[in-house]
Amino acid sequence: MEAAAARVVRCGGSELSLRRAVFSADSRYLLCVSGDFVKVYSTATEECVHVLQGHRDLVTGIQLNPNNHLQLYSCSFDGTIKLWDYLDGILIKTFTVGHKLHALFTHARAEDSVFVTINKEKPDVFQLVSVPLPRTPRQDAEAGEPRLVLDCISPSPKCVAFGGQGDYVAAVRDFYLSVYFFRKKATSRFTLSSSENRKHAKNNFTCVACHPKEDCIATGHKDGKIRLWRGFDDERKYTYTCLHWHHDLVMDLAFSATGSSLLSGGRESVLVEWRDAAEKTKEFLPRLGATIEHIAVAPAGDLLCTSHADNKIIVIGRNLEACAVIQGLVRDSSVLTGLMVDPRTKALVLNGKPGHLQFYSLQSDKQLYNLDIVQQEYINDCGLVQIELTKAAFGCFGAWLATVEQRQEKEGELELQMKLWAYNKKTQGFLLNTKVSAPHEDRVTALCFRSADKSDVPTLVTASRDGRFKVWVLADDSDIYRKAEGWTCDFVGSYHKYQATNCCFSEDGSLLAVSFEETVTIWESDTWELRCTFCQRAGRVRHLCFGRLTCSKYLLGATESGTLCCWNLLSCALEWSTKLGVSVMEPDPRSEHVAAVARSSGGSDLFVFKPSEPRPLYVQRSICSEEVRWGVFVPRDVPEALASEALQWLNRSQFYFLTASQSLLTFSSKSPEEKLTPTSKQLLAEESLPATPFYFLLGRHRQQRGEQADGAADGERVQLPTTEGVPAVSELLHTPAHVLPSAAFLCSLFINSLLLATEAPSAEETPEDAEMEEEGERDSSEEEDAAPEQAQQAGLPDGGDGGDEAEALQQQLSKCAEKELRKLRRVDYSWVAVP
Amino acid sequence: MGEFKVHRVRFFNYVPSGIRCVAYNNQSNRLAVSRTDGTVEIYNLSANYFQEKFFPGHESRATEALCWAKGQRLFSAGLNGEIIEYDLQALDIKYSMDAFGGPIWSMAASPSGSQLLVGCEDGSVKLFQINPDKIQFERNFDRQKSRILSLSWHPSGTHIAAGSIDYISVFDIKSGSAVHKMLVDRQYMGVSKRKCIIWGVAFLSDGTVISVDSAGKVQFWDSATGTLVKTHLVANADVQSIAVSDQEDSFVVGTAEGTVFHFQLVSVTSNSSEKQWVRTKPFQHHTHDVRTVAHSPTALISGGTDTHLVIRPLMEKVEVKNYDAALRKITFPHRRLISCSKKRQLLLFQFSHHLDLWRLGSTVATGKHGDTLPLSKDADHLLQLKTKVSKMPACLRSAVQIMFSEDSTKLFVASNQGSLHILRLLEGSFKHLHTFQAQSGTVESMCLLAVSPDGNWLAASGTSAGVHVYSVKRLKLHCTVPAYNFPVTALAIAPKTNNLVIAHSDQQIFEYSIPDKQYTEWSRAIQKQGFHHHWLQRDTPITHIGFHPKRPAHILLHDAYMFCIIDKSLPLPNDKTLLYNPLPPTNESDVIRRRTAHAFKISKKYKPLLFMDLLDEGTLVAVERPLDDIIAQLPPPIKKKKFGT
Repeated sequence: MEAAAARVVRCGGSELSLRRAVFSADSRYLLCVSGDFVKVYSTATEECVHVLQGHRDLVTGIQLNPNNHLQLYSCSFDGTIKLWDYLDGILIKTFTVGHKLHALFTHARAEDSVFVTINKEKPDVFQLVSVPLPRTPRQDAEAGEPRLVLDCISPSPKCVAFGGQGDYVAAVRDFYLSVYFFRKKATSRFTLSSSENRKHAKNNFTCVACHPKEDCIATGHKDGKIRLWRGFDDERKYTYTCLHWHHDLVMDLAFSATGSSLLSGGRESVLVEWRDAAEKTKEFLPRLGATIEHIAVAPAGDLLCTSHADNKIIVIGRNLEACAVIQGLVRDSSVLTGLMVDPRTKALVLNGKPGHLQFYSLQSDKQLYNLDIVQQEYINDCGLVQIELTKAAFGCFGAWLATVEQRQEKEGELELQMKLWAYNKKTQGFLLNTKVSAPHEDRVTALCFRSADKSDVPTLVTASRDGRFKVWVLADDSDIYRKAEGWTCDFVGSYHKYQATNCCFSEDGSLLAVSFEETVTIWESDTWELRCTFCQRAGRVRHLCFGRLTCSKYLLGATESGTLCCWNLLSCALEWSTKLGVSVMEPDPRSEHVAAVARSSGGSDLFVFKPSEPRPLYVQRSICSEEVRWGVFVPRDVPEALASEALQWLNRSQFYFLTASQSLLTFSSKSPEEKLTPTSKQLLAEESLPATPFYFLLGRHRQQRGEQADGAADGERVQLPTTEGVPAVSELLHTPAHVLPSAAFLCSLFINSLLLATEAPSAEETPEDAEMEEEGERDSSEEEDAAPEQAQQAGLPDGGDGGDEAEALQQQLSKCAEKELRKLRRVDYSWVAVP
Repeated sequence: MGEFKVHRVRFFNYVPSGIRCVAYNNQSNRLAVSRTDGTVEIYNLSANYFQEKFFPGHESRATEALCWAKGQRLFSAGLNGEIIEYDLQALDIKYSMDAFGGPIWSMAASPSGSQLLVGCEDGSVKLFQINPDKIQFERNFDRQKSRILSLSWHPSGTHIAAGSIDYISVFDIKSGSAVHKMLVDRQYMGVSKRKCIIWGVAFLSDGTVISVDSAGKVQFWDSATGTLVKTHLVANADVQSIAVSDQEDSFVVGTAEGTVFHFQLVSVTSNSSEKQWVRTKPFQHHTHDVRTVAHSPTALISGGTDTHLVIRPLMEKVEVKNYDAALRKITFPHRRLISCSKKRQLLLFQFSHHLDLWRLGSTVATGKHGDTLPLSKDADHLLQLKTKVSKMPACLRSAVQIMFSEDSTKLFVASNQGSLHILRLLEGSFKHLHTFQAQSGTVESMCLLAVSPDGNWLAASGTSAGVHVYSVKRLKLHCTVPAYNFPVTALAIAPKTNNLVIAHSDQQIFEYSIPDKQYTEWSRAIQKQGFHHHWLQRDTPITHIGFHPKRPAHILLHDAYMFCIIDKSLPLPNDKTLLYNPLPPTNESDVIRRRTAHAFKISKKYKPLLFMDLLDEGTLVAVERPLDDIIAQLPPPIKKKKFGT
């Protein structure tokens, strides 16, 4: 049984903006930390190319290997530094340090050693140490003894920066800047005034960056100032300049690759570029959506990226235009809507940005889209009471979405609004259909659609603390101008003026259960007649759900005082009850199973049971140490067949849950394994080619070519003309422009060369065979020259072979075109004489 | 401290003139400041920034340029087209000379100090030879199209840079012809101005010319090729002034927005010799245009329309972090502008070109401590006296200081030749009684006088030598108080005891007994113990000393920010005791009060305090001039958008 236990695994949604993202040397890939993994994204396509898995705890720092830019160092709270080949997603080496590592830095000057931030004794005292990495062929090695560089630094990697030439390292904390000079082996410390008066109270340092070429340190401050320190090698003659635009603290700073401009960002969500580090020449990229947490600049200088507080990375071109957005799961501080599954996209739906509903794809760990519910400008100001999106529900197989938003100032009147959104097939999105202001007089506690057939009228029930539940139906709202339909209130029900705490429809939609504090009432959904009531006198009912499939005659209710009751609807009697402090109760839509998560002393426990029997099918103790806030069953696309009896409940759906600290977890029966798909590998090999303008002309075809090569079986694929490797074209490109004939002359030839040669006449081929062979050799030798270089660049062991194979294939296929050109060369040289 | 009825006078509507030029003299560590009304003041930076000399201005002499030459010689030039040399000993104008080029906008002395250049309205640059007694016109340089607003010598003295409108010219001194003409862009960052006025140029020894202009730019030019090297846009308004340090490693510019920017030459990396100019710190100590800046080895000095002279020390150049390293803001003159008739309750206010006589108001109401009493009779403006040149006896024509004896029968006049005259006043006429000739060898004028209440003693002090005490009865020099390093800021002779109380610019106070010809016991005691460190750290000099008619142990004195009564009978404070004690509440027991009491009773209630004196035993008069009232009378500053408004 022990072996069959499902493991609790993190399923994406982890923070992408925990640390600065790192660009590869050629700016094609963006590497960023994501929980225990490192993710490799393509900057052009925004796709995740690789996930580097191997660390056992949060990854806290990544840096390119300064001696080999195709390798990546990463460090983690698990106390190891790992060296990766990020293009292939291969772990090369693991160095064990032994301390919890908080940040990682590398520098070209410091050969064979990296710098990490650790804390040794006191919890608040962090040290920057240099760790020598031994050169061993073994995969696992013990790192050398750490040597102290700087003491008493901040744990954030934003607060440490290495000088462009590697001569010094600057660290900031509170009110001082310390600079350690490697050559002098001395530390200088510069302190800012920290007096309590209004002017200096916000002098705290927040971040630091070093100029790549000059001796200049930029520091960001809590009052929004940026200071540029110069001459800091002399503790008396140092001087600084102030740049001030930000009104709130400067979150991060970065110099451009050449040092000609400084980039800064903060809570204003505006990226500021200070050209020549001058106050008057600044450029802005505004409306980035959320607080800029980190700024990273590509070593090639063509791209930069900003990591945002809403788990987003924006790749920005040098002209300050956003060119790609990598959006993860937005972690809002309070998920009020709970977890839902969009029946159409199977995406997880929950609160996203303030006032938004996010659709998050669990498979690709990516946000699909954001639905703006509140439709009001979000003002980032602390102390402001915002409109909160509190409830949302999908109905009628995803055709309708109901949302409730509220805003309440302290002792102010409650502003409540319900919105109903219809799915529009044309735009593939939700459009606002009906807006109901003040649907209830008090907070809405529950919202549910009747899951009914398509023929039925869509029906929605809202329960509120004002003691009423309301039934809303879709009705005709046409007038002489247009045909329309809208939602209207159909029925208002109440029970002894008790507060309605929850509501739930049975699976077939015939019964509605509404809990009024301690009492559960059952209503007929056709006539809205009260059928019966259940009262257990065991506290307010918090969770309510009907059984499914074979257990549809049961109704489950969980109370606040820790009782789980199951009523039989046929006998109108209590079937069974048990003492269980349920915090989450979710029925599986595809089976009879109900999952309940209960809080216990050791954390949260999971119980899976069928309503028909009071004995749980599966129990897992302490699935996580903190409280589980929300859970949901997500139906699987392909049902799995798990052998183990205990894990039967995972066959049809997967259970996801969200903890208090906003981590999204799930249960997995599989052992962790490499999920690298072959397609992504191939994608990588092709993308490692240099992107010259001709690549765009020719390289695309090579790709299709490759697909064609391995997909020879599926014949229905349209064969597109191939140009790359066609001698006609390469001749054209290799010939100096001044000896080429006019374009009009070459055009027809060029077009001809692009035409497909399905039946190559073999008779004509033979006489020119020898010459062609020679030509072919020359071409391939040229190609071969290039190929190893590419292979080296990409670091692919099999890159060269694959290239050659493809080359050979192309040679054969373009024979016809080649011949055309050769014919031309032999026949027509008259144009040389033509002026 | 005692209880007083205080006349709080705020009707002295004195507005200092805006500062036009400052010139720093490195040799003597003195600073010459000229104001828009033509006034020239000389500050001694080593003597606690004391304003030791003062040349009154005239409406017709608007100064546009000020410079030191040959060590101690001070020249000014102005829009009336004259070059003026000042006599720093006699505190008078030595001579003035017309340059015959229309209004003079700029002036610069050569690095050797032997030549003087002026830039005129008609576009001419004129070279003068500085002779020991006078200056002599030598030659004209090639005439330019428009006025020469700024001039700067190359440190070797071979070339000069002249800033005009829209261009900078570089002249060769030998040939007198323009070598380069560097055109300045009128338009910058999309802001097009009609003209680009070069407000200031600086010529560095490596051939770099730095210019500041009305488009808000600071530009670096290579004078060898005449090309622009770098531009810093520092302001949206004019950059009006520039000053370079002697080492040429930093310079300072002042803008019309009231900001002063510091530029420093820093090495690009620590191990390369390549250096670059970077803008470092901005200082916003002014509200209005910074018309002029100066760069002393340890401080940045700026002045402008808002009438403040700001001395901002450079922390990295200051050896010890003492009180000298603090920012100084000098607004009011370091001399008395007010005199008071105690018996008749009259106040005489001195303005730059006229005098005002006021009668104090009076009240019949009484109240308790801290009350504001209603006036039963308002203060009267009795008369205004304007300057008028009429027939005056020779001795009175160039008086530096005049003083009446207590019984108004004698007038004491300090003339600018260093001599003192005594005149007897009769009904409608006066009679010259005696002249005390200046001490042999000195022609330094006396600028402070004090007469004993019984009329027997006259004390006089110059700017550097000691205080001389003359016997009026016997008409001869009685004694000389030993000279002290710092200039005297205030003098007074106590009634009855005839003790001379002397305040110096380093905040030291001496009491000298005239009959005994020696320092008193109390003075020796306080010198032995030393003053409280807070007392020594005050940054304005004591401008007036008075005495209580009934309590001989009390000395009353004040500076711009505090009023103090020294009670000689009480113990002296040491560094551990609190100097600035608030007035003890009246209900506190006498024992505690006595234990905490010390000789210095200080009140900071009235500030900025221009004058304070006892009218009688229980009445004080305090003349305040709030800074807000001065700012309200200035032209409006350049409007700047302030964030969050």
